[in-house]
Amino acid sequence: MKNVLSIFLMVFLLTLTYSSAGAADMINGAGASFPYPVYSSWAYDYHKATGIKFNYQSIGSGGGQRQIVGRTVDFGASDDPVKPEALKKDNLFQFPAVIGGVVPVVNISGIKDGELKLDAETLCGIYLGEIKKWNDAKLISLNPKLKLPDAGITVVQRSDGSGTTAIFTNYLAGVCTSFKNKVGEGKSVKWPAGIGGKGNEGVANYVKKSPNSIGYVEFAYAKQNKLTYTQLKNKAGNFVQPNFDSFGDAAESGDFDSKKDFYAWLNNTPGKTSWPIAGATFILLAKEKKDSNVKTVRFFEWVFKNGDAKAKELVYVPLPKSLKDKVRAYWKANGIQ
Amino acid sequence: MAGACPCHSIFLIAERYETLVIQKKNPIDLLFSVITAGASFMVILLVIGIFAILLKESSLSIGKFGFIKFIVTNEWNPVTELFGAAASIYGTMVTTAIALIIAIPIAIGIAVFVTEIATDFLKGPIGAAIELLAAIPSIIYGMWGLFTVAPIMTKYIEPALQKSLGLVPLIGMLFQGTPMGIDLLTASVILSIMIIPFTASISRDAFNLTPAVVKESAYAVGATQWEVVRDVVLPYSKMGVFGGIVLSLGRALGETMAVAFVLGNNHQITSSLFSAAATITVTLANEFTEADKDIYLSSLFHLALVLFMMSFIVLAAAKFLLFKAERKINR
Repeated sequence: MKNVLSIFLMVFLLTLTYSSAGAADMINGAGASFPYPVYSSWAYDYHKATGIKFNYQSIGSGGGQRQIVGRTVDFGASDDPVKPEALKKDNLFQFPAVIGGVVPVVNISGIKDGELKLDAETLCGIYLGEIKKWNDAKLISLNPKLKLPDAGITVVQRSDGSGTTAIFTNYLAGVCTSFKNKVGEGKSVKWPAGIGGKGNEGVANYVKKSPNSIGYVEFAYAKQNKLTYTQLKNKAGNFVQPNFDSFGDAAESGDFDSKKDFYAWLNNTPGKTSWPIAGATFILLAKEKKDSNVKTVRFFEWVFKNGDAKAKELVYVPLPKSLKDKVRAYWKANGIQ
Repeated sequence: MAGACPCHSIFLIAERYETLVIQKKNPIDLLFSVITAGASFMVILLVIGIFAILLKESSLSIGKFGFIKFIVTNEWNPVTELFGAAASIYGTMVTTAIALIIAIPIAIGIAVFVTEIATDFLKGPIGAAIELLAAIPSIIYGMWGLFTVAPIMTKYIEPALQKSLGLVPLIGMLFQGTPMGIDLLTASVILSIMIIPFTASISRDAFNLTPAVVKESAYAVGATQWEVVRDVVLPYSKMGVFGGIVLSLGRALGETMAVAFVLGNNHQITSSLFSAAATITVTLANEFTEADKDIYLSSLFHLALVLFMMSFIVLAAAKFLLFKAERKINR
């Protein structure tokens, strides 16, 4: 009995010393699921380079915001920017970490990648259930060369609350007043038409399997799963393809202001070749936790320097250089570097 | 005699008490009873605790929408922050009901076959298969449903139903709309496959309670197998079978991942089984992580509270029926 007890005690003490030693070189974060693959792959490289562990739990943006407000983590991550007033109330810093975008994907026989052209009005009409057929006059006038079928449009959207939906509905509400009035914007909304798939994989699966359907997914997901994406008309009036350049251009022309803690959507940015539906994913820090903030910022400083290639490999769009510099200045101004 | 000498009986009681105390003083026994008692009371505390937390977290929603009004309101709009549970409760009840309609006859058929008809050589493999079916994690049913069942439903079963039953007046309205595979029917079919093992194994145990003498007497007077099952086994075990069905009902009410992928999470009440819908658990699984406003999160807790109460009532009813069935057999 005594032996057993002493063994227990020893194990207990060992774990205690181990975990207290671990806490010093460990960064704990939680939040958005969209950047999880890139954060964890950066974390792996960072650990190899510095020996510091970066532990990230993808519990969703809403959860990330709650955790950092409750001060249970070193940083929170969110796919939608938090408004400056809310940041002030909860005493938080905010800066962007990486860019992502949303692309419409379709399944129409005979139509290949990037062939179908859509604009704000038609996309809005389709998601409001007002444009019901692929051979609608508006779609034909945008695509005079394509052979669009006389078939009903199956509209697919996300059934679960997600940052992807937040970006997509923010875009639609911004470019189309009737969508703003009838549906509004948010992580989950009450869709007037269509069916819901759970997660990017759910939407992708339904678009792949249902002829004449349209859905929206993250760029990375569309690319990795070889879904048929469309062109979109941007604010400057040009039709653009979704790729690193057009997303980078969107980020470049985005209205990021360090005075507003980078609160900005990247939808419908004015750049000539900007992809119109994009967004940054953000990091939230507790202002009073100086030590852990320095640790977290050091990680992102390292990522800004060394992480671009890995991000591109995983089909994430790294921040453009000008934006990185703005973020660095923001860290400096707030004394967390 | 006890009356004649009370001092003697007092002495006896004292002696017995002493042995009791001595037994309790044994440290290992004492530790053992304290641990087991602690474990048991913890369960009660947990249930009360969960209920209290659900009540506390949903207080904002109860205050804004009202407990009863929340249940009957058919509106779920995170943008306008108006929430009501009617569509989710409707979806929960419809999927559960259809799943039971499909599962009960099959499950009872399995139980009859295993207990009354199959030879011993077959009983083992079938029993093991049923238990294995019950052991598959529900997320696997969910993915299988999304990638395998839904396309089959869309291509073959739903169009066939539409062409046959869809043309019958009144029943026909259950089968309207374009079959998409993300709908009440697909979710119900997957749920039914999930609950068959529960109903089957509880029914099998209930059938086994039928005294062999009674069955043999029935065979002796010339009853056929069908007559024995119908007139002897089923009447003997009907309360047990019913209890099993209600337990499966409880399971179906709370099932989440198996249906989360194939129901679409559309908050609407429709007559067609071919339209997307939502159940309480599907709503929670889909929206909990990204609920960013306080009233939104509170309404999700409110939904959970409603489900907690529904499940509690169903399980209480099941326990009551099983208790009655046991008493009847013991008599």
